[in-house]
Amino acid sequence: MADPSTVADQARANGNGSAPADASGHSGLRDRLAPLGAASGIGAPLGRIGRGLLSAAQDVAADAAGSAARRVNKRLRADLDDRDPDWLRERLPLLWLLATIWFRGEVRNLGNIPEKGAVLLVGNHSGGNVTPDTFIFTLAFSSYFGIERKFHQLAHNLVVTLPVSGALVRRGGTVAASHKNAQKALEAGAALLVYPGGDWEVHRPTWDSAKVDFAGRKGFIRLALDQEVPIVPVVSIGGQETALFLSRGDRLARALQLDKIFRLKVLPISLAVPWGLNVGDFLGHVPLPAKVTTEVLPAINLREQFGPDPEPDEVYDHITRQMQETLEALDAERRYPFIG
Amino acid sequence: MRLNESIVISAPPKLVWDHIAEPSNYLHFMSGITRWEVEGEQRQGLGARYRMLIRVGSAEVGGLIEIVEWQPEREMAWSSVMGVDQRGRWRLRETTDGRTRVELRYAYGVAGAGIPGYIAELVASPSLGSNLRKSLQQLKRQVEHERLRAEAARRRAEREPAEI
Repeated sequence: MADPSTVADQARANGNGSAPADASGHSGLRDRLAPLGAASGIGAPLGRIGRGLLSAAQDVAADAAGSAARRVNKRLRADLDDRDPDWLRERLPLLWLLATIWFRGEVRNLGNIPEKGAVLLVGNHSGGNVTPDTFIFTLAFSSYFGIERKFHQLAHNLVVTLPVSGALVRRGGTVAASHKNAQKALEAGAALLVYPGGDWEVHRPTWDSAKVDFAGRKGFIRLALDQEVPIVPVVSIGGQETALFLSRGDRLARALQLDKIFRLKVLPISLAVPWGLNVGDFLGHVPLPAKVTTEVLPAINLREQFGPDPEPDEVYDHITRQMQETLEALDAERRYPFIG
Repeated sequence: MRLNESIVISAPPKLVWDHIAEPSNYLHFMSGITRWEVEGEQRQGLGARYRMLIRVGSAEVGGLIEIVEWQPEREMAWSSVMGVDQRGRWRLRETTDGRTRVELRYAYGVAGAGIPGYIAELVASPSLGSNLRKSLQQLKRQVEHERLRAEAARRRAEREPAEI
């Protein structure tokens, strides 16, 4: 789970503040360009027309930028009403076909999830930008508890702001990853699926398939404590074999300053269908039909298990160790990677 | 998609009915069923509700169902309230030789799912059909075993007073 940062804040500032941006940035540009009309020798009337056209173009550009920023800003806010249970229900057969035939998906022990109320589901993340474990779990959860039970997932800003696929995942219950959005979902009594490892874990090399790597991110523990909800670990294997993931490309991302501009800490490099060499995975890929197995572990009530004031480091070590052991067991029970 | 399976059980309709009317038996004889729980106060009869799930492919599907028809020793039908659309029906008929012909009908689908929904129904039907057949075979085995046990108990009870 990532913290709310630059993109959201910038979008908020731009979206709500188009007038100040117009007043400051654009008037500066106008001042710089205005003398050109006068100095060009075309004459005062033409200069006035030119200035008028320039001003109109700037206003249109400013409106467009403000409106785009408002749209992005809206998508980054947790509008829990974007989730459309009827739409999701009608898509379950398609998800079921993909999960059953393509991924031979298997989700075990859903009964470990408390029957009612808010719960924080913490998963390890696999599969690059096309993550089969998320939709297989969404299918399993929605079939098991019914689409009537609120279920949301946190995803990277990039995923929820994309024009077409972003709208689809939001209808499925996905909201932008931020502490505020997570709070909002849990306060509404929803089950919330988070992937603390985020883009760092999802692009790990394929040979680290059986490795849980949350990169030390402990925000989910504070969230569970603040909201007084149980944590249910969800462990999946197989997603990292849907392409040959070679490198996270984290150094390349830093060199290109992607972390500062787009909150992207990685620029993954993989061999994937249909691209061959796939840098960035921005357009996704066709996942190979690796078998995906998911196991849900028993719920952890932090204050019951770790005392009234749990130490985040201790909780983090406990949860990641438990998940790592389960992942290794799932790996060991497979006869072959990919085939299962 | 509608499935239909039947079997003849060597027991009177009452014995078969008692077995299928008891919700706690479903986990024991219905193949693929992972949950069959009473929802609410009413345990049996018209209007009783159960939360049921059956494993099909990658998911456990089902939901809340309600008994919509209840004619003891003849007919029992249920319909979905929540979850996938489904209707089920038990039909019991006594044969001329005193046995019971049991028919289990099951219709399922997701309204509005379009072509993928139709394909999913087709793909799921062999596995669901196999589950229905196994369920009837297990029902037959359990009921016939129960009949033999009841008859043995009756014979024992008849013998015991004479021995005393």
